Amino acid sequence: MRAVGIILAGGSSSRMKELSHKRAVCAMPIAGSYRSIDFALSNMEHSKIQRVAVLTQYNARSLSDHLSSSKWWNFGRKQGGMFLLTPSFADADSNWYRGTADAMAQNLEFLKNSHEPYVVITSGDCVYKLDYNEVLEYHVNKRADITVVCREMPENANIERYGTIKMDEDDRIEEMEEKPIVAQSNIISCGIYIIRRRQLIELLEKSREEGRFDFVQDILIRYRGIKKIYGYRMKNYWSNIASVEDYFNTNMDFLQKETRDYFFKQYPEVHSKVADLPPAKYNVGVTVKNSLLASGCIVNGTVENSVLFQKAYIGNNCVIRNSLILNDVYIGDNTYIENCIVESGGTIQANSYYKGENGIKIVVEKGERFTM
Amino acid sequence: MIKKEMIAMLLAGGQGSRLGVLTSGMAKPAVSFGGKYRIIDFPLSNCINSGVDTVGVLTQYMPLRLNTHIGIGIPWDLDKNVGGVSVLPPYEKIEHTEWYTGTANAIFQNMNYMESFNPDYVLILSGDHIYKMDYETMLDFHKENGADVTIAVMPVPMEEAKRFGIMITDENKKITDFEEKPAHPRSNLASMGIYIFSWPALKEALIANQNQPGLDFGKHVIPYCRDKGEALYAYEFNGYWKDVGTLTSYWEANMELIDIVPDFNLYEEYWKIYTKSVSLPPQYFGENSHVERSIIGEGSEIYGQVYNSVIGCDVIVGEGTVVRDSILMNNTVIGAGSSLQKVITAEDVTIGSNVHLGVGDEAPNETDPSIYREGLVVLGEGTSIPDNVNVGKNVMINGAAEPSDFPGGTLQSGRTLVKGGM
Repeated sequence: MRAVGIILAGGSSSRMKELSHKRAVCAMPIAGSYRSIDFALSNMEHSKIQRVAVLTQYNARSLSDHLSSSKWWNFGRKQGGMFLLTPSFADADSNWYRGTADAMAQNLEFLKNSHEPYVVITSGDCVYKLDYNEVLEYHVNKRADITVVCREMPENANIERYGTIKMDEDDRIEEMEEKPIVAQSNIISCGIYIIRRRQLIELLEKSREEGRFDFVQDILIRYRGIKKIYGYRMKNYWSNIASVEDYFNTNMDFLQKETRDYFFKQYPEVHSKVADLPPAKYNVGVTVKNSLLASGCIVNGTVENSVLFQKAYIGNNCVIRNSLILNDVYIGDNTYIENCIVESGGTIQANSYYKGENGIKIVVEKGERFTM
Repeated sequence: MIKKEMIAMLLAGGQGSRLGVLTSGMAKPAVSFGGKYRIIDFPLSNCINSGVDTVGVLTQYMPLRLNTHIGIGIPWDLDKNVGGVSVLPPYEKIEHTEWYTGTANAIFQNMNYMESFNPDYVLILSGDHIYKMDYETMLDFHKENGADVTIAVMPVPMEEAKRFGIMITDENKKITDFEEKPAHPRSNLASMGIYIFSWPALKEALIANQNQPGLDFGKHVIPYCRDKGEALYAYEFNGYWKDVGTLTSYWEANMELIDIVPDFNLYEEYWKIYTKSVSLPPQYFGENSHVERSIIGEGSEIYGQVYNSVIGCDVIVGEGTVVRDSILMNNTVIGAGSSLQKVITAEDVTIGSNVHLGVGDEAPNETDPSIYREGLVVLGEGTSIPDNVNVGKNVMINGAAEPSDFPGGTLQSGRTLVKGGM
């Protein structure tokens, strides 16, 4: 493809509450076997983008572990490759990334050393499938300076944490607002952009000189009058996971057959780091209903309307309802869990009771674990 | 200079005809095992876990599935700059081109491969056993005893010893004699078909016997080494080891995996078994599903009931279907309202709705009674079964079956049905 890719993976989010203590949002486990960033990386892979930069700074351990090899997404190539770019503190005026534009500006060399004419920018905390070639074709046909992938949300959807967009009849963007208190439109930006590489370099350099650091505020919104910014309407599944509620709901969406089939069965596949775990195991006295279970799980109890991530252990007489059990959680016998997200690596003692009343409860338990 | 202390040569060329239709399209080491694995994953994982990073895999019979599975060895970390895994098929030579005519002949024909690593020791493995074994410990034993050849052995019940190659040892585990399938065994130490040779001893023995037709380790090379007076030692192994060479032992070994704490535990952190992952997604259970005492691979969808079964990746069990005591390999798709009792489905099998497999009284199989027995129903790779039919026990079906193949809607026990059009 005639583009390089940039994945903005730096974000932390206070809306993720305790879940953000451990990892960046885009390293959040999704749908049992995946991490959020797998969707953006797989989209890049299947769009035949060869050079991809992942920009990250917040709590990158989990993320860099996941990205320790680029082979799972076929980026371990002589031509191109995957670059994990964290802030570097080489001289006195080094800084953390002060915003999305600053993150890219601090890595201008990546853009300058590329030869592809376009750049695809995407956030790493969205669950979606998209062939960026289609967006690029639209971008070229519209003779746009910047194309923003956007999506019409249902009338009643809560969109206060998104950027909203107003377009003219030709889909050129007239107005854009970040996190509006009263939204003027129910069309939101999906955080996916296409822009000509030289144009991006120019805009980033200018913003840096002016001490402006945010891509949306200081480039998209600031330049909307003089640059031709178009909206590309995305129709298929798209979900941003950067709040506890959205994270929970996105995972629960995979209990729907159409969501599962769309991501798991239809081309192209979503790729992820291979965990080399044995098949999931079900012992005696087990009930499992309307649930997803990843490999390495061992189940001895009841699981309903839940997603169990890799290596969950469910003890005897346990009941797990309407919950997410993240990776490598041990749940002792006779435990009841409902409306919860159990943080990864947790050990829950036998005979425990957790129930989220009025919303989802996040369970972080670091009990001692004795293993065979 | 390239130097590897020990390299492994893995014999994976055999058909394994006693697995019946499961090996009609692939060599035995490529056959699925334990849901997501293939038999060859066990010796390959043992190699990398033991620090043996150079493995030559000798292939001959139907190697396509094996080749695609092994690739460049990424799943086992055997993609190395020097060494790693190499697939070694028979090849044409200026004169005297031949197939691999025996286990040792296959190794002999790859003398150049072994020589290129300048090894001190060569480990000979076969690709049809399920076990976890540290070859490094065996090598230490070999070195301590100053052995020329070390043969891995395991104690078997005395009454079963007559089915094996039996090693007779002195108190220092030095092999004094051996017998192949003796009527009156003098020891219960059975050879596991795993050998460590000191390279000079192996090279000399292979060259000296190169003209022996069907050159075989058990029949020719080991006796030659003994007669020459070399130091042969028996390394006793007491862990889980299973030869899955027959359909019944294959079925049993799979079923042992679903015990609460199985003898052969795949869930230990230490000594992982690696395989090429064909599927990533989690498995889904429907509203009316039920599962007990089973293991299930990635991407499978269970809408019916599954008891005492080993299920591979991307398998679909339809609503109301009951699966018992069965092995379903990757991509098996079963419709609604069916039942399976003691069925083995090879990969990519499709079974319709309201189909009942493994029903009725037993009758010996008409073509291969020694293979298809114990009530098993075996469906070959790519087989499809139409809706609304019944199938008896000890039955083998291979290919796209049609309703007309089931007179009165039933295929009787003991029948063999082979169809074209796969």
